[in-house]
Amino acid sequence: MNDNVLISVKDLKKHYKPRKNKKYTDGVTKIRALDGINLDIHKGEVVVVIGPSGSGKSTLLRSLNLLEYPTSGQIIFEGLDITAPHAKINKHRRKMGMVFQHFNLFPNMTILKNLTIAPMKLLKKSKKEAEEKAMALLERVGLADRAQAYPSQLSGGQKQRIAIVRSLCMEPDVMLFDEPTSALDPEMVGEVLDVMKELANEGMTMVVVTHEMGFAKEVGDRVVFMADGVIVEEGTPQEIFTNPQSDRLKDFLAKVIV
Amino acid sequence: MAEWFEQIKAEFDLNFIQADRWKSMLTGLENTLLITLFAAIIGIIIGIIVAAVRTTYDNNSESMKYNGSISYYILKFFNAICKIYLTIIRGTPVVVQLLIIYFIIFATSTNDIMVATFAFGINSGAYVAEIFRGGIMSIDVGQFEAGRAMGFNYIQTMIYVIIPQAFKNVLPTLLNEFIALLKETSVAGYVGVLDLTRAGNAIRGVTFSAFMPLIAVALIYLAIVMLLTWLVGIVERRLRKNER
Repeated sequence: MNDNVLISVKDLKKHYKPRKNKKYTDGVTKIRALDGINLDIHKGEVVVVIGPSGSGKSTLLRSLNLLEYPTSGQIIFEGLDITAPHAKINKHRRKMGMVFQHFNLFPNMTILKNLTIAPMKLLKKSKKEAEEKAMALLERVGLADRAQAYPSQLSGGQKQRIAIVRSLCMEPDVMLFDEPTSALDPEMVGEVLDVMKELANEGMTMVVVTHEMGFAKEVGDRVVFMADGVIVEEGTPQEIFTNPQSDRLKDFLAKVIV
Repeated sequence: MAEWFEQIKAEFDLNFIQADRWKSMLTGLENTLLITLFAAIIGIIIGIIVAAVRTTYDNNSESMKYNGSISYYILKFFNAICKIYLTIIRGTPVVVQLLIIYFIIFATSTNDIMVATFAFGINSGAYVAEIFRGGIMSIDVGQFEAGRAMGFNYIQTMIYVIIPQAFKNVLPTLLNEFIALLKETSVAGYVGVLDLTRAGNAIRGVTFSAFMPLIAVALIYLAIVMLLTWLVGIVERRLRKNER
């Protein structure tokens, strides 16, 4: 095994019972959101996960830091099985930054407080230290002047850039992006993708679930195509977009504007 | 006109001044406020505990089951007890609860006011618990996930992220619950506590003049409630200032 592997997903399954409502279940007794996923994520790699809605991409991403508990399988993060019972999941999560579709900034705190609360409480940084780090990162995304604002005073694109910075303040080893641009107005998508590109260029390990095929092509080191809870195809952006093998992927690519 | 005025004055004199009857009303008011205040405190304590058990169970049962931890079963047990408590308290009239607590559970106690306070506290706790739980549930689940994803454990997420936001949402409702509690204590007379209502009613029984004492009682309740409502308004405006 390559010791360059940061996260290793082994035969990951997530099954759950459908709601007890006959109208929708049609005799299905189990929904297989993830049905045997094997995936290695290497240090410094940008893995982009694409696929139709309901294919399990978000479930996979959320399983990586156990926001979803898998039914079976393993996730090895930095050599440790985080799916083991009594694994120190809170410790592991500090090293995995997560960016959500709906930003999930804390509306009752200023931007600066949003950025410093976790480093101060979890990494035991001093207020000064945490704020210096936060301001330096804010500077980089061009939002230093909004440090004292509240999230409700920002645009969607600004909120998402702040959310990225909030994760970076914890100095994570990997960043997970769950459709980071899907809730944004079209004209704000670019500013968020720019920040992500910059991050990728600096060598951050990233797992990105997205519908931005342009981003996948340009920034992705590897593209993973999922459908019906399994990885149908994976490869370089070149392979996936210009030479798709499976019908499922060809069908998908034909429907999205690339 | 003057005659009517004289009559009012005589009535007032009879109901409040003679035999220092106003003093018994003052004692009644004191008892009412005392019962309300301490019942509210008991209610908040019970409410926090019950809401904590219920929300912790709702939020963590999946992860606890996943880890196969024994605390899952302990929590499940306490959650069931909390549910029974809520069902009984919210499903029966407060007067019946008061009578049961006074004549059955604390049958040997001689401290009427304390027993009544206890009864109203237990009653209020059920409503306060549901107010707290509603407040916590009203916070977007994304806030919770953001906290957990950053590495906060469940309790830290609650303390740093969820509760400060939930508190703002519940404060007006909570104060309204205490306004309701104040008025509910008027049934304390059922178990012989001299509260404001009973004091007024007792005066009526002696003077055979209903108007003055009962209207006075009503006005006093109204004045307190209006004062509290005004305070709720101020608090609400303060809290909203921060955002948007």
